[in-house]
Amino acid sequence: MFGAMLGEAWHAMGANRLRTFLTMLGMVIGVGAVVLMLAIGQGAQESVKRSIDTMGSNLLIVLSTPPGMGGARAATGNMPSLTVKDAEAIIELDGVSAVAPTINSSAQIIFSNNNWNSSVVGTTPDYLNVRAWSLAEGYTFTDSDIRSGTRVALIGRTVVDNLFGDISPIGKTIRINKSPFIVIGVLESKGQSLDGRDQDDTIIVPLTTAQRQLFGSQFAGSVRMIMVQANSTEIMNMVEDSINSLLRQRHNIREGSENDFFVRNLTAAANSAAETTRTMSLLLGAIASVSLLVGGIGIMNIMLVSVTERTREIGIRMAIGAREYDILLQFLLEAIMISVVGCLIGLTFGISGALLINQLSQTAIVISSQSVILAFSVAATVGIFFGFYPARKAARLNPIEALRYQ
Amino acid sequence: MTTPIILVHDLHKQYETALGPFPVLKEVNLRMDPGDYIAIMGPSGSGKSTFMNILGCLDQPTSGDYTLNGQHVARMDKSALAKVRNHTIGFVFQGFNLLSRTSLLDNVALPLVYAGVDKQTRHARAKRLLERVGLGQYLQSLPNQISGGQQQRVAIARALVNEPRLILADEPTGNLDSKTSQEIMALFDELNQEGISIVLVTHETDIAEHAKRQIHFLDGRIVEDTAIENLRNKNSMEAA
Repeated sequence: MFGAMLGEAWHAMGANRLRTFLTMLGMVIGVGAVVLMLAIGQGAQESVKRSIDTMGSNLLIVLSTPPGMGGARAATGNMPSLTVKDAEAIIELDGVSAVAPTINSSAQIIFSNNNWNSSVVGTTPDYLNVRAWSLAEGYTFTDSDIRSGTRVALIGRTVVDNLFGDISPIGKTIRINKSPFIVIGVLESKGQSLDGRDQDDTIIVPLTTAQRQLFGSQFAGSVRMIMVQANSTEIMNMVEDSINSLLRQRHNIREGSENDFFVRNLTAAANSAAETTRTMSLLLGAIASVSLLVGGIGIMNIMLVSVTERTREIGIRMAIGAREYDILLQFLLEAIMISVVGCLIGLTFGISGALLINQLSQTAIVISSQSVILAFSVAATVGIFFGFYPARKAARLNPIEALRYQ
Repeated sequence: MTTPIILVHDLHKQYETALGPFPVLKEVNLRMDPGDYIAIMGPSGSGKSTFMNILGCLDQPTSGDYTLNGQHVARMDKSALAKVRNHTIGFVFQGFNLLSRTSLLDNVALPLVYAGVDKQTRHARAKRLLERVGLGQYLQSLPNQISGGQQQRVAIARALVNEPRLILADEPTGNLDSKTSQEIMALFDELNQEGISIVLVTHETDIAEHAKRQIHFLDGRIVEDTAIENLRNKNSMEAA
């Protein structure tokens, strides 16, 4: 009997096509909007999460600031107040698991007759651990390379692509600001950072080599930045405080004077970015679900009209033996069918819309099976919920009055 | 003695109105044996339609007993009544009452849907009955594609599809011309000869003459019953 009723519901939907289509449209737009918004929201969350994962976990960075003197102040990191010795002192602090002092600058890189301008980072072997960065090929430099200042380099994927093409870079000699370096490793690709920079456009060399060969500084042993990795997220504020007091002490900064460095909690910044996108995607989803509700009300409205129009039909059905339950089921099935078919069309539109946006603007999208299931079950629920009242109204009609209805 | 198909005893029906209870049927008694053929007549407002609704289990009496084919239907709940309508009674209406967007075959098969019969059987039985009423070539047509007389034949086929013991026909020829009316009545006569009990409501005496027995309603009471007249005539003739 259920099969026959499904057939009848399908038949009834086809009886007034324009009306069915318009009723369905509310559902189509609602589901389409929810799926699209969830895809965009989750895409944003996903890309932020990926950036955070590539940043390295529990990161603090210590940057030097120019001393607080009158007159023009140079950009952050230009007056090197931090030293390798500072970094060596920070690693002794409680809760610090790794430290990587770095200096960096852009430099012209040449291989055979190709050249490329990239950011060169001089640092210690711990840098790769702190940034959670692994090698795609080759091997990394060691502490002994730091001690002897060897001319070796790890290069990022973008640099490989621009200088080497299909040739394997391992063992090849490149020139950084005209000094020859041997490529010993290729870094795993990380993609964009949170601020949109290409993290793969980089070259990593031993800190001492960079200091001596590349960026000959007048301040021996100075670094621009020290990356500090804490043991856990919870103790990051504590570690930040101890770095502050340690460095004030080491830099002989008197009570009341400004720091000549500052500490940034990168993980906290990243988490707040993640929180922002999460809130945004929730908001998008919430706005979109309002249209689902509107679609549901549309279904209820049309079903009520339909019950009134078909009063006589209901009377006939009752006279020949339909129970209240049969009539209820029939109208409920029609409402559910409209919402489910509308939902399927909406899903198609939502997903293709999301894919189109992805193609046109490169916006990250994520179409998860959860969001599809969610939209589908919400649509079915809306159909049942908004279809129930008209269906019950139909089922409770008095057969005699219904038969007399013109 | 056979079980009567209809046994109505001291049946009352009143409607609640703003002016208090309004009695529509008063102290109605009726016995109908299987195979009988009754025409109910009477002016409008005499209560014959209400009586038909009660006979058809579409309405419930205020008091009194109604036994249909041995079942006490006056005290049944709605879904049990729906089952009785489905299995025991076939309805034929003045306005045909076919579903307009549904094929003749599906119209005739509809009661079987509610009886829970499978699709193949439904279609086979509906087809056989449409052939019987002479519409075997219109199985997939819609009701508005055939004439009124043909639509009434479809309605009769639908009434017969569940093999009922009783057919209730409410002015079945009211919307038809006299020639078509006679054709429809011939069909009823044929069904009655096959043993189906028929109750029909009509205004027209020539239609009522098809029945074996005529009942007249006036002001909610049965005022004349030809079966009783016949009995009386028989008795007086014997006495004479």
